[in-house]
Amino acid sequence: MNSAANSNSKSAAPRKKRRRNFVERTLANLIRNLESALFAEDTARKNGLLQRLDPRVKIVGLLALILAVTLARNFFTIIFIFAVALLLAVLSRVPLRTLAARTWLSVLAFTGTIALPVIFITPGDAVFQLPVLHWTITAQGLTSAFYLISRAETTVTLSLLLVLCTLWTDVLKALRVLRVPTVFVVILGMTYRYIFVMLETAQNMFEARQSRIVGALAGGESRKLAAASIGVLLSKSFYLNQEIYLAMQSRGFRGEVYSLDEFSMKRRDWLALIVFLSVALLAFWLGRQDSLAAFLSF
Amino acid sequence: MEIEPENVFEVRDVAFRYNDVTALSGLSLSIKKNQRIAILGANGSGKSTFLRLLDALYFPDKGSISAFGENLTESAFQDEEFAFRFRRRVAFVFQNPDVQLFNPTVFDEIAFAPLQLRWSKDEIRRRVAEILETMEIAHLKDRAPHRLSGGEKKRVALASVLILDPEVLLLDEPTAALDPKSQSRVVDLLVDWGEKGASKTVVTATHDLDIVPDIADYCFVFLNGRVAGFGTPAQILADTDLLEKTNLIHAHRHRHADGSIHRHPHTHRFHEHGK
Repeated sequence: MNSAANSNSKSAAPRKKRRRNFVERTLANLIRNLESALFAEDTARKNGLLQRLDPRVKIVGLLALILAVTLARNFFTIIFIFAVALLLAVLSRVPLRTLAARTWLSVLAFTGTIALPVIFITPGDAVFQLPVLHWTITAQGLTSAFYLISRAETTVTLSLLLVLCTLWTDVLKALRVLRVPTVFVVILGMTYRYIFVMLETAQNMFEARQSRIVGALAGGESRKLAAASIGVLLSKSFYLNQEIYLAMQSRGFRGEVYSLDEFSMKRRDWLALIVFLSVALLAFWLGRQDSLAAFLSF
Repeated sequence: MEIEPENVFEVRDVAFRYNDVTALSGLSLSIKKNQRIAILGANGSGKSTFLRLLDALYFPDKGSISAFGENLTESAFQDEEFAFRFRRRVAFVFQNPDVQLFNPTVFDEIAFAPLQLRWSKDEIRRRVAEILETMEIAHLKDRAPHRLSGGEKKRVALASVLILDPEVLLLDEPTAALDPKSQSRVVDLLVDWGEKGASKTVVTATHDLDIVPDIADYCFVFLNGRVAGFGTPAQILADTDLLEKTNLIHAHRHRHADGSIHRHPHTHRFHEHGK
């Protein structure tokens, strides 16, 4: 059947490729994100360094490194922690290509947009002047932009390592053990859980709609349909919300959630925690060394 | 003389409305201990609403429902001890397993109810391990519910309530949207569970007539929120007028090889071609 369809399409006159509308693009992105979540789960099940550690150690250790990056006053320290993050990624079998595609490029694009004006508007020593616009790039502006981008790249890399190397369920449990309020953790868990259900619903709605549409819709018509779909999805989510509440009530829920959290710290977990905290402390100390910053001119 | 088993549920003249839509009206029936009951009815006949009333998730606008001799009212459920006692004895499996599986993992899902009922953690661990084995889902323990198949979700949903070893199990369309193999596994589980002890009561809302003889001793047939028929599965399934009137079957016409047109109720179950 497919081959028949293909041969028909081949024999037909070449048509102008239809530009995907807003809903199609949004759904394509959502589905891609769904696949990303599934990929993250697969990575979390690999037999790597971070995957073998207790989730509490990972959360505390990586948060300590993130804090050290945030407080660092010199570029060297940030690079040092970034190198540590790269090493962790390699030892945890996280493909660097994945990190580059998902983190480094998107963070660079996003933070770069914010950082771009900084290189012109920060007062300081002129380094270069744009030929036509006559805008001056200053050394201090460049430094600020570098700090902003490198900090963002490093912290997001560390956060992504946590997400990629830990099952989401373990992250939630670890948060509960680390005294994050249960209600907050439960809401987080349920939100994540039902994103998939709503995503599937949205996809079904979209496919059902696509199957009944011939040709391209006018912009206004497309927007109307998008608005209607969003409305239906919202009302479905309200209905789902009521049903889930009833299902919780039916099993004894009375407004307070109780949980069963059990992790056991092994020797390697304690060792990893000590290493993480030592590296974070070292980075914190290095980050406060103004002489290092002066030496490196940053 | 046979001693009548005590009533688990006593429903008297119950009416229930969703805003302007009447879901149930003038409904009266009783369900006895150790009975396996099927609530049959087409979509919108009030089956699901009725189960929710039995599980005290909704309360009647009119009339009364009692369970184990105690009235189910909103004020009664303010008392935590009463609520826990009831929730421990009566369990409800929703039609859509996605509604019921809201925890991050299968293990958490099964441990949810006993945790809310404040069982000891050791007891919970022991019971969860047991039920995972019994339901043959131990391999799914750490899986997230959204990555399970329809049949697996249903078994986890069942496990999540059977862990309480309830006296009454309420099931809303337990075989809906399942493939034939998953359907038969669910039916087998229900049959096994129903035969497990002398004090098990199972109330199943369904319009799947094929499973009725396996899962029920008696049937109530609902039409527009009222009881339109009652009897054993054999009696009800033989009453084609009642089944047709309540939209559980429809008249089916087809042409035979000799050109004659044959008409019979279409049930997938009773299909005899007499001359």
